[in-house]
Amino acid sequence: MNTPKSFQEIILRLQTYWAEQGCAILQPYDMEVGAGTFHPATTLRALGSKPWAAAYVQPSRRPTDGRYGENPNRLQHYYQYQVLIKPSPPNLQELYLGSLKAIGIDMAFHDIRFVEDDWESPTLGAWGLGWEVWCDGMEVSQFTYFQQVGGHDCHPISGELTYGLERLAMYVLGVDHVMDMPFNDPSAPIPLTYGDIFKQTEEEYARWNFDVANTDVLLRQFEEAEAECQNILAQDHIDPKTGKRIIMVHPAYDQCIKASHMFNLLDARGVISVTERQAYIGRVRTLATKCADAFVQTAAAGVV
Amino acid sequence: MADLLIELFSEEIPAGLQAPAAENLKKLMTNGMVEAGLTYASAAAFHTPRRLTLAVEGLLDSSPTVQEERKGPKVGAPEKAIQGFLRGAGLTLGDLETRDDKKGQVYFAKITKPGRPAAEIVAEVLEATIRNFPWPKSMRWGTGSLRWVRPLQSILCLLSNEAETQIVPLELDGIAAGHTTKGHRFMAPDAFTVTGFDDYETKLKRAKVVLRADERSAAIWQEATNQAFALGQTVVEDAGLLVEVSGLVEWPVVLLGQIDDDFLDLPPEVLKTSMKEHQKFFSVSNPKTGRIERFVTVANIETADQGATILKGNQKVLAARLADAKFFWENDLREAKAGMIKWQVSLENVTFHNKLGSQSARIKRIAAMARALAPVVGADADVAEQAALVAKADLSSEMVYEFPELQGLMGRYYALEAGMGVDIAAACEEHYSPLGPSDDVPTAPTSVAVALADKLDTLTGFWAINEKPTGSKDPFALRRAALGVIRLIMKNQLTLPLSALLTPADAGAGSADLLGFFQDRLKGFLRDQGIRHDVIDACISMPGNDNLALLAKRAQALQATLATDDGENLIQGFKRANNILSQAEEKDSVEYSYGADVKFAESDAEIALFEALDAADAQIKPAMAVEDFSTAMAAMAQLRGPIDVFFDAVKINADSAMIRRNRLNLLSRIRTTCLSVADLSKLEG
Repeated sequence: MNTPKSFQEIILRLQTYWAEQGCAILQPYDMEVGAGTFHPATTLRALGSKPWAAAYVQPSRRPTDGRYGENPNRLQHYYQYQVLIKPSPPNLQELYLGSLKAIGIDMAFHDIRFVEDDWESPTLGAWGLGWEVWCDGMEVSQFTYFQQVGGHDCHPISGELTYGLERLAMYVLGVDHVMDMPFNDPSAPIPLTYGDIFKQTEEEYARWNFDVANTDVLLRQFEEAEAECQNILAQDHIDPKTGKRIIMVHPAYDQCIKASHMFNLLDARGVISVTERQAYIGRVRTLATKCADAFVQTAAAGVV
Repeated sequence: MADLLIELFSEEIPAGLQAPAAENLKKLMTNGMVEAGLTYASAAAFHTPRRLTLAVEGLLDSSPTVQEERKGPKVGAPEKAIQGFLRGAGLTLGDLETRDDKKGQVYFAKITKPGRPAAEIVAEVLEATIRNFPWPKSMRWGTGSLRWVRPLQSILCLLSNEAETQIVPLELDGIAAGHTTKGHRFMAPDAFTVTGFDDYETKLKRAKVVLRADERSAAIWQEATNQAFALGQTVVEDAGLLVEVSGLVEWPVVLLGQIDDDFLDLPPEVLKTSMKEHQKFFSVSNPKTGRIERFVTVANIETADQGATILKGNQKVLAARLADAKFFWENDLREAKAGMIKWQVSLENVTFHNKLGSQSARIKRIAAMARALAPVVGADADVAEQAALVAKADLSSEMVYEFPELQGLMGRYYALEAGMGVDIAAACEEHYSPLGPSDDVPTAPTSVAVALADKLDTLTGFWAINEKPTGSKDPFALRRAALGVIRLIMKNQLTLPLSALLTPADAGAGSADLLGFFQDRLKGFLRDQGIRHDVIDACISMPGNDNLALLAKRAQALQATLATDDGENLIQGFKRANNILSQAEEKDSVEYSYGADVKFAESDAEIALFEALDAADAQIKPAMAVEDFSTAMAAMAQLRGPIDVFFDAVKINADSAMIRRNRLNLLSRIRTTCLSVADLSKLEG
């Protein structure tokens, strides 16, 4: 397998590889999230008995990680590649290693290691066991067998793979600074680097995230999202207009995602104290748990 | 006799869990087999990241046949009872014997439990072992219900004797036991079959797997030190890291790399911590400069380019990590230069404990106490207060946020950067000490003041909110804090009455209790130094027992006195005097405490004792006044001779009531003089 030439080629190869393994290739979720795990295709679909196999790119935002585009590896907006297969197949490690090969990592020359990592998301009320996968000492992926999501025991168990795309691509492409990484083919008529596309936005967001974002507005939006989520889930399962049983899990879950992002922004603004932090995380977890409670009552969770 | 080989092959097991799991496998299997009658000669367990292996030698081919005799009902007992007994024994009436018993004839059953083949027992015990394995955290996978630390992929279970080798028949949630395993994940991934342990270990090595963890760690250390030596450098020892790293590889390949020059100015502790925590690298230092200039990483694979690609990758990752550390360091230095005010302010928002307020409030209390303690420890009050105010400022720094274990140490660097004196900087680092029994005790006065104040505030605070240690539970490490105070006092020979310091405004009766807590710790501390527990008790009863250095000094002097011939005999003399006196006082209902007069003395022995007591008192009083216990006790020990002679020559219960009273009062003088040194009545023997 020849070495890819650009960031996007790595993404395209992952898409092709996981499509060949039978995954549905989904598109990114259209909301601000902190990680690919927040996509309902992972969080909600890890629940219930229905088999599932999906892969997708997810733009992710972590306001506190902003470095004005100056740090070679840290960004407040970055991409994750996410795979979720339920039930986890017995050869998931081999499938995963196949994906590394597909993007040009030759196992004969690299040191791939599965290093213990107990994954936990206090905001999602989720935990699992697995590993950080290291390539030559660098964490290139997280590999998790979900045990619990939204407070519910998973059955069957999903296997989740999360690739930090920039870091992985920088390594494969031999680039030292993320902003120097070729986004498209460097021999294209208009070659674009990662920096051409994102250097300015990193600066803009870093300034806004850290110093300008109106904390009163953020706080209000957090509370509105929280209230709306609760309101949606409190509705009667039977829609009075159509007479159908419609549990509005996904609209409610959108509000949970929104609250979580507002919390991250407030955190970056430095207005949340250590004690308050736990309380906010607990409030988001309550929403996530309620959404999970609702999801397991629906057809998508295998309820007939 | 048979040999047993078991391998539980799984996805990668966390490094720290491998060794205890191998031990548990051995324990559960051997206990289970022995319980079922299957004894063995020896057993050994092994572990790699992907396998737990057990080899048992000299196992019985089957459990022995057991004869059991069971007593049944009386002959002629109700039919129901007899039938029940037969059912339980699995026999018919004809199989039973009848024997004479005290109360007549009774049925006896002889039951033969035939031995069972080893394979059957092994299969049962192994299944139970896997299903009930005590993993600290386990998981399910796929659609199954089996739990293991990570997905269990295959089971190898072979039983072999001179005649044959057989696979133990066992199937667990779709995993059938077999006689195959796999080699190294990348270098020899194919499955192969094995016939027994020796064959297994040999073939594994051929398949690039070193089965024994100690062999892997020895190889790593040997190779790392060799490579460093060739460059005139030394690998910084880290036993814990060595164990961890050897649990991450099946085929260790040691690679030595260089740290970019850009990062060599970072504090060596930061380099070391960052490399260890994030990358599991060993640090390699240059003995000439004392700096850490290189690292050792351990790969799990041999490559055609001798690890060049791997090393390059690792170096790149390290550079990114250290760039982060450097970013924190430079930001922190900027903040430090500005006087660390922002850090101190931000600690107002950090809760120390919800009932004890913020870190900032705590620091202010510590500062006030450090100021008060300063004269006692020989520190300048302003300096001690200032040191306490900044000692924990680094908790707000970016570096300590990233690496909490660098607290204090970073504080020292930052205090120096802020232009504070070396004594304040040292206090930042040292005020947490002593942490454990092997940790050094600070001696610089400023450090001592802050270290004492920090620990005393913790103790009085948690005592006041009634969060005391109970049994094995001591979540706030209060025992360690109290022992730290004791070691600080002892090491620095501080005269520090604790009572005044232990009375928090709102503690009520708590402070006496806390003093007792200290004295208990002190007992342990002195016991470890070889001081007898009764000697400690004899000294704790004395006034000034809240002054721990004094208490220890007294105990040491007493122990030394008891070690002399005079001292030991004096105690006997004292006890004799005390017993006679106490009995007389009880009988007469009076206290003989005053008025012994030499003019009523009849014998030379009696007169000599008066003189000896006068001489001893003349020495003891001034010695005690300056807490010179050795002199006081030596003087006391001088009484031994006169007391012995007195008891030999003089009858206390003289016929004359007046003489008797005078002699009892003389005994009282012995008691008073001796008790002024320590409560000798608490001594044993």
